[in-house]
Amino acid sequence: MSYLSLTDSDREAMLERIGISTVEELFQDIPERVRFRGELDIDPALSEPELVAHLEELAARNVHTGQELSFLGAGIYDHYVPALVDAILARGEFLTAYTPYQPEMSQGILQAIFEYQTVICELTGMDVSNASGYDGATVAADACYVAKHVTGRQKVVLCETLHPQVRQVVKTYAPGFGLEVVEVPHHDGTTDPDELRRAAGDAACVIFQQPNFFGCLEPAPELAAAANEAEALPVAHVDPVSLGLLEAPGNYGCALAIGEGQGAGNYQSYGGPHYGFIAAHSDFIRRMPGRIVGETTDIAGERGYVLTLQTREQHIRREKATSNITTNQTLLALAGLAHLSWLGPQGLREVGETCMALSEYAKDRLALPLLFPDRTTFKEFAIRVGRPAEEAIQAAREQGVHPGYALKRDYAGMEDALLVCVTEKKTAADIDRLAEVLKKIAG
Amino acid sequence: MKLIFEKSKSGRRASSIPKPDLPVPGLPDELRRRRPPRLPELAEPEIVRHFTALADRTFGVDTGFYPLGSCTMKHNPRVNERVVALPGFRDLHPLQEEEGSQGALELMWRLQEILAEVCGLHAVSLQPAAGSQGELTGLMLMRAYFADRGEGEQRNNVITADTAHGTNPASVTMAGYQLQKVGTDARGNLDLDDLRAKVNEETAGLMLTNPSTLGLFDEHIEEVASIFHDAGALLYYDGANLNAVCGISRPGDMGFDIVHINLHKTFSQPHGGGGPGGGPVVVRDILEPFLPVPAVVRDAERFHLDYDRPKSIGKVRGYCGPFGVFVRSYAFIRSYGPALRQMSEAAVLNANYMLARLRDVYELPFDRLCMHEFVLSARTLRREHGITALDVAKRLMDYGFHPPTIYFPLIVPEALMIEPTETEAMETLDAFSDAMLEIARDAAENPGLLKEAPHHRPVRRLDEVKAAKRGIVRYRFDDHPDLTGEPAEGEAIEAQKGA
Repeated sequence: MSYLSLTDSDREAMLERIGISTVEELFQDIPERVRFRGELDIDPALSEPELVAHLEELAARNVHTGQELSFLGAGIYDHYVPALVDAILARGEFLTAYTPYQPEMSQGILQAIFEYQTVICELTGMDVSNASGYDGATVAADACYVAKHVTGRQKVVLCETLHPQVRQVVKTYAPGFGLEVVEVPHHDGTTDPDELRRAAGDAACVIFQQPNFFGCLEPAPELAAAANEAEALPVAHVDPVSLGLLEAPGNYGCALAIGEGQGAGNYQSYGGPHYGFIAAHSDFIRRMPGRIVGETTDIAGERGYVLTLQTREQHIRREKATSNITTNQTLLALAGLAHLSWLGPQGLREVGETCMALSEYAKDRLALPLLFPDRTTFKEFAIRVGRPAEEAIQAAREQGVHPGYALKRDYAGMEDALLVCVTEKKTAADIDRLAEVLKKIAG
Repeated sequence: MKLIFEKSKSGRRASSIPKPDLPVPGLPDELRRRRPPRLPELAEPEIVRHFTALADRTFGVDTGFYPLGSCTMKHNPRVNERVVALPGFRDLHPLQEEEGSQGALELMWRLQEILAEVCGLHAVSLQPAAGSQGELTGLMLMRAYFADRGEGEQRNNVITADTAHGTNPASVTMAGYQLQKVGTDARGNLDLDDLRAKVNEETAGLMLTNPSTLGLFDEHIEEVASIFHDAGALLYYDGANLNAVCGISRPGDMGFDIVHINLHKTFSQPHGGGGPGGGPVVVRDILEPFLPVPAVVRDAERFHLDYDRPKSIGKVRGYCGPFGVFVRSYAFIRSYGPALRQMSEAAVLNANYMLARLRDVYELPFDRLCMHEFVLSARTLRREHGITALDVAKRLMDYGFHPPTIYFPLIVPEALMIEPTETEAMETLDAFSDAMLEIARDAAENPGLLKEAPHHRPVRRLDEVKAAKRGIVRYRFDDHPDLTGEPAEGEAIEAQKGA
């Protein structure tokens, strides 16, 4: 099967017009020794029905969240994706367009991005959002690059309660940026503002997560104040689904707000593609990475939208650009806009309340020691199962339940700890089932 | 058209959320949201109509011909959308245990094997999220490789071509390298004399797109590779133009050590209005130890995520990368099988046919056969009739075509960079060529028609200067300024690139 449109007679007519007699002659500029003369070692071509059958067979070897009662979260969440998101993303105009370089061809996607930017700014309490970043990890590296240029400082501070993969990505980028990375340990699941203030002296920025990786609520306004006192930019890594209930970072002094958008509008999809968001106070608009859509008028005075502030970007500024990002995650961000439009302010609040109510019910019902008993949590919490976590996971999965994430994969001294996530898709009966399974297997 | 916020009415909603009969716990006062975010408040019918109207005002490959140079806007097969939505892929959690994700791991492993074969190289990381992140990852690999050899301090610069995409120099800076630029010779190849003068023991490597952004294969690529390898440096292949050479010439055989592939260009991941993409890196064996973690490996009949890579640069993105993109690209490649070469042949044939039809009327800066794309100049139209590449682009819209990339590469004045891709029919190429020829005639006879184009789009030419000056980048509700009625301040910024 192929997706070509040329017939044999087309080929002949085209070659004649070009003035050559074989397709091979088209490649005359390629030196003989670097021509590939063999046949690519790829399995034989499949017809469309064979292709679908092959991929169905691969997909069937995965255990997805519709098959197993799963309490996995840890950064990627099984929130409900409304049907209209699928319908909107199936529109070929959105699916198969590219970056709107030619605004007259692309008013629809440009307006959608402008609306997305507005929704992100409203959620986070910020003035400017870009059109999306790759994911919740790379936007943290983006924030560090902004902070380095704004402050001229050469150190960034990460709270240990920031998602481990986000910290790993920042550490990968940091040497190229000329940045040193310092981590601040947690105390009983959250960050101490005084300790953060001491670490933030001469730092470009401080990144904390709210709710943090353990699901605990950080004293976020105090953390932001601590960073501001040290003249380091406070950066909050936030869960969009929490922002119907939790205060917006822009309202407690943060310079930037970043996060993983997946929980708002995207399926889990084994980790991607999703969208990361990055929003900032207006002071930093000219240091923002990536595409930004702005409002303007056409020559007849009608309102319209264009890519704007492009002199920040690589295609104009080249080696002095604020980022190298080009292709972003627009389609996934569009899904986010559609999902958040479906929710509205009331729906967003209700999702948060349902997550919190079910999560509290689970804490009670599981009757296992909490890792951080004194903390307020949002939709995730850590428990101790009294035996190595991976054994508990395996035993529970044999009963058709995935009980959560083994925190020992990232944190020393948490051998028997599980991070349990409860979204609005779970029911009290699901939680009862988890309790029943864990009761049998907990040490 | 109204913004979704302007259609909003307090109290209206679309969502229905489960409400279990359980108490909702309180929040500490200092953490509780004071004022709700002003999200849209609409019922479902109006939301669907809003996005349908936005889709109607958007032009995709599904709408029509989209020859945006260096972006490879090919048809995106619908079967790919069907398979990516299988629950076993779509609803799979990235932290699922390995025995619960064998199908996903096998798909990634198979895709890695195929990409290594297409590139003529040895090892792959699928993790980077897009081409520019692939570039940055490749430069991090260079850095790690030289640090491991004790040459990390010494090798502090990377060379790019003056035809390079802007991402190349931007990535060089982000990776902490100094930038060196080399010129282009009279046939559109890298200037070898310039190159020899700049490559030395401080050079970490070269970043090159081949075929270049001029759509030309570098005729001296073997010599270029020798110059770098003799100096102990590495060669990086920017895979933006890989669609020209699949099964025809392999970057590894050309002498490149690191490649990034744009899965959204060559392997049909839909471009989504700007993304998502996928930017896997493919490397020679000497660079494998430095690839991002986790690596997807096979052990007998089982597949694993291997984190035990002490020399790895680390992670560049969360989890294993944009998995849904891998599903679509794998499906696309399996549709062709070993005949992937036919894809590139058709892409190059289509480009050369259009070039043959247009070369007598538009200026061709380098008189050679092209690969999968070609660059023309509207310089003569500008000199003789005051018609710019921008005017040509805007007028093409009236014919129902998306314009090509314009004003890129930077070394060609009034550049029009045209990439038809392999999936277009001869009739489409003819219709576009006819339009281009008619526009050239109108440039002489009716230039006003071009200057005022487009005439049949939802908006006329937009004032980019006003947008940049006013900086209105979000809706401000009751405080939102009204720009209509203000006089226009300027025209479009005359710089634009694809990729």
